[in-house]
Order: sequence, then structure tokens, then C-alpha cells
Amino acid sequence: MKYTIKRLLGLIPILLAITFLSFGMMRLAGSDVVEQKMFNTGQVVSEAQLQAAKAELGLDRPFIIQYGSWLNNLLHGDMGVSYVSGKNVFDSFVEKLPATLYLTVASIFLTVIISIPLGIISAVYKNKIWDYLIRFLSFIGNSLPNFFVSLVLMYILSIKLKLFPIISKEVSLQSVAMPAITLAIAMSAKYLRQVRATVLDELGKDYILGAKARGVKFSITLWKSVMRACLVTIITLLALSIGSLLGGTAIVEAIFMWDGVGKLAVDAINMRDYPIIQAYVMWMAIIYVTVNLVTDLSYRLLDPRIRLEDAAHE
Amino acid sequence: MSKTKLFSKGKNNRVRLKIIVFTILVLMLLLTAIFANHLCPFDPYEQDLTIAYNSPSASHIMGTDAYGRDMFSRVLVGGKTSILSTLALVLVITIWGTIVGVICGYNGGVIDSCVMRISDLCLAFPGLVFALAVAALLGGGVGNAVIALAIISWPKYSRVARSQTLSTKETCYVQASIVAGARPGRIIVRHILPNIFGPILVTAMLDIGTMMMELAGLSFLGLGAQPPIAEWGSMMSNGRSMLQTYPWVVLSPGFAIFVSVVVFNLLGDAVRDCFDPKAA
Repeated sequence: MKYTIKRLLGLIPILLAITFLSFGMMRLAGSDVVEQKMFNTGQVVSEAQLQAAKAELGLDRPFIIQYGSWLNNLLHGDMGVSYVSGKNVFDSFVEKLPATLYLTVASIFLTVIISIPLGIISAVYKNKIWDYLIRFLSFIGNSLPNFFVSLVLMYILSIKLKLFPIISKEVSLQSVAMPAITLAIAMSAKYLRQVRATVLDELGKDYILGAKARGVKFSITLWKSVMRACLVTIITLLALSIGSLLGGTAIVEAIFMWDGVGKLAVDAINMRDYPIIQAYVMWMAIIYVTVNLVTDLSYRLLDPRIRLEDAAHE
Repeated sequence: MSKTKLFSKGKNNRVRLKIIVFTILVLMLLLTAIFANHLCPFDPYEQDLTIAYNSPSASHIMGTDAYGRDMFSRVLVGGKTSILSTLALVLVITIWGTIVGVICGYNGGVIDSCVMRISDLCLAFPGLVFALAVAALLGGGVGNAVIALAIISWPKYSRVARSQTLSTKETCYVQASIVAGARPGRIIVRHILPNIFGPILVTAMLDIGTMMMELAGLSFLGLGAQPPIAEWGSMMSNGRSMLQTYPWVVLSPGFAIFVSVVVFNLLGDAVRDCFDPKAA
């Protein structure tokens, strides 16, 4: 409990830093937004008009005060309006979030069902043909950029075989397939290696030999002991993959026209729509930090040794 | 493990052979990239609309793009942009990360805590998300994309350098050197750097492939190289809508990225096996 509170308190400076950084970055870029907006009207703009426009948006106040009021608004769910669509940033962000989460969950699910069995097979048949084959596939998967995979999948599955729609018109099981496969290929390639390493490590321990000596079936040792011991590593991997997924989805979402926050961000970047970019960066960071915290805390539920170690320290 | 051990006789011959073969492959790739302008059969920027979207043929082995530019020449020249900027990026973050990490590890104290908090912060952002934001802030251009990736990627190196420095600092020979009155600069250069070289080299080598993909990814999103500059990511992005009708325009640069990443990863894995036989 003490640990949980400590970690939660430790989150506060990080969250503050994240908001400060996202605010600062966009303010650096955003200083010319007023000018751009005015010049876009095609009229000659005087310095006074420029100043008035800046004052109207509160851009003439000191940086820290601007940050304070921005943070205050943020806490009330107000992130300003998009420069392009004029819609509320927070609303459009929340509107797109479910699609991204759906994609994330689908690709993590695929990653789990690909990487864990393959990693275990690879470890159990170490240096046999299956192991070499799986490691070869993992190497290839690791060397493929996801936009290339997307386009190849599109070419083969949509254009040649006509299995899936090229562009997802709606959020459905069929339309999520290709983006999820794309993301899962890269992640599985990375994680099956680590599952393999963890399982190998565990298989080398004495209790495995002991169980073998006592005549326990290998499959029982594998599923009851090894898998349980590997759970912590696997959970960590999954949590970490959420971080890389959140970033990785941007490109894939843009390619497959998947209507999530990643595509929203890419569109916003192309249009220099800073409030949206700001919201995107900040929310992704917050989700990422939170997921990491939850993972850390979940270890303690899964592995009593960590709990005991901490108790000894306190 | 020190540099001298890299090619010592006792090393596993297979690992040595791997390193030699993959180094040759990487060198071939590098030479191709450096001399791309002299190797390409056609001018990669010369437009000829009469031969736009030609299928791969004997003279244009990868076909031509929307402006009739020879794809093979463009892929070669694009490789120059992609490979050289990736290497520059990895070199910069390796050097910067190492300097920061060594200083933090060696001195400790306030600087160390501050820098480590900054690196925590960098690591708190999912990598590409932050790079996207920085690149959006800086605007397009290969240089800016490199800067964006450098800003988010250096903490990894400074962490490795810092932890290695911390453990090296505790060794008897460094302690002896301190007692003998050597200045910190001398200790760092003579004792610490040679001994942390291995893990940093491994990190850097394994990172080249990833960085190449991320850089190409930024370009793909329009945040890296700007047209008409040939660069693999942006070439794929530009040809994207032609996937159905002229797949070679899209797939050949992608294949080039794949091949280069494979070559760099092969060397990276071999270097890792050499320094850390346990991981193999």
C-alpha cells in the first residue's frame, strides 16, 4: 500500500512535466499561428491588429501564466479548439479514442497468440529446426518497417486476393484485421524472442530437473510451473508494447484510413493544427505512464517475492 | 570486454566469420550509398512523362514512377539519403548519450539526478509520438527528422553508458588510478571509455535498423525528406495511391529499406554475439 501511494505521488511531477513540455513545445511553434491566421485572410495586417489578436487569445501574457490557465482549463476537460475544424479538441479526441483502443487491443491479442506459443516452441526445441525457423521469421519481422508491411498486406490481401477491404469504412472485425496484423507482426517478432529467452532461462533452473527426476510429465512442468514463472515477463512485455503501439498506430492508422487518434494526429500534423497535436502527445504520454504504473503494481500481485522484498525494506 | 578481445584467437570462429561477412555486406551497402550518384544508370531527378509508369524492363529494372523517373536510380540515390542520415543520427546520439551518461555516472550528484529525470521524461513519451510532435514543430526536412529522433533517442545510450560507468568506477584498477592521483579526465578516457565501449557499440549497432525504419516512417508521413529529394520513406508515400496499378513504384523502395535493415541487423546481432556470447 505504501508503495502504491509512493508511486502515485511520483506520478505527479512526471504528469506536470509532460503537460509543461507539451504546452511549451506547442507554444514555441504556435507563436506564429496568429500571424499565419491573419495573413491567410489575405489582408494587410498592422502590428496593432496582430497584438490585439494575440491579446484576445491570451498570448501576450507571461508564459507561466499562460501555462497555468491552460492547465486549469485542461483539468476541466477543455483543451481549446482545433485551428482547422473549429471543433472542441477534447471532444474530437475522445470521439476517436475507441477506434484506436480497439485496434490496440486487437493487435495485442494477435501478438499474444502469435508470440507466446512460438516463443515457447522455440525455447523447448532449442537449436532444432523449429527454433531456427521461428528465429528466422522473428528476424525478418524485426526488419520490416510497418508501413512496408501495411502496403504489402494491402497489395496481397486486398488487391490480389480481395479478402479484406483496402480502406476501412467502419470499425469492424474485418476492417481491423489488416492494421492489426501489421502491428502484430512487428511486435510478435520482438516479443517472441523475449518469451523464448525467459522460458529458456526458466527451463535451465534446478526445479525443472527435479520435476523430471520425480517423473513429472514435461508438459505439466511446462504449463504449471514454467508458464507461471514467465507470467511477469510476459505482462511486462504486453505493457511495454502498449507504448510502442500507441506511437506505431499513427502510421498504420494513416495508411489504412483507420479513424482513430493516430490518424487524427497525422492529419493534424499535416495541417499544423497544434491544439490537436498537443492533445495527442499529452494523452499518449499520460496513457503510457499510467499503463507503466499499473504494470509495476501488477507485478506485486503476480509475484509474491517482490512484495516480500519490499516489506523487508520498509 | 575490451576491443582487443574482438578478434582474439579463442573467439568462436563462427561469430568471427559472421562479423567479417556482415561487415563486408554493410560496407558494400555503404559504398553503394556513397557513390549512388555515379552508379545510377539514369538521372534520378530527370522527368520524362512519355515513359511514366513503365513496368520493370531491361533498361529500367524497377520500372519508372509518375514522372518517368527511373526507379532503380531513385532507389540508389534514396539510399544515400536514408542510410547516411540514419548513420549520422546514430553517431550523434551515441556520442552525445555516451558523454552525458559517463559524466552522470562518474560525477553523480545533482547533475546526475537532473539528467536522469530528463531522460525519464523522454522515456515517458512513447517514442514515435514524441518524434512526430518534434518533427511537426520543426517542419519537414531530413535534418529536422534526424533532430526529432535524436532528441528522443539519446537517453537509451546515456542509461547504458551511465550504468556501465558506475560499475567500472567500482573496479580496483579505477580505484587504484584515483588513489594514484589521476585526473578524472584521464580516468574517463584511459579506463572507463575503453571498458564501456562494448555495450555501447552493441546498442548502437542494434539501433541502426530501428532508426532507419523510424526515419523512413517520419518521411513516409511527410515529416522527413521533402520532394523531389529521393528518400525511401517519402518515395513509398508518394507512390502509395498507385499500389493497385503500379506496385513497383511503392514496393521497390520498401524492399530496399527491408534489405538494408536486414544487413545492419545481421551485423548488429553478430556484434552482440561477439561481445555477449550468453545472449546468442
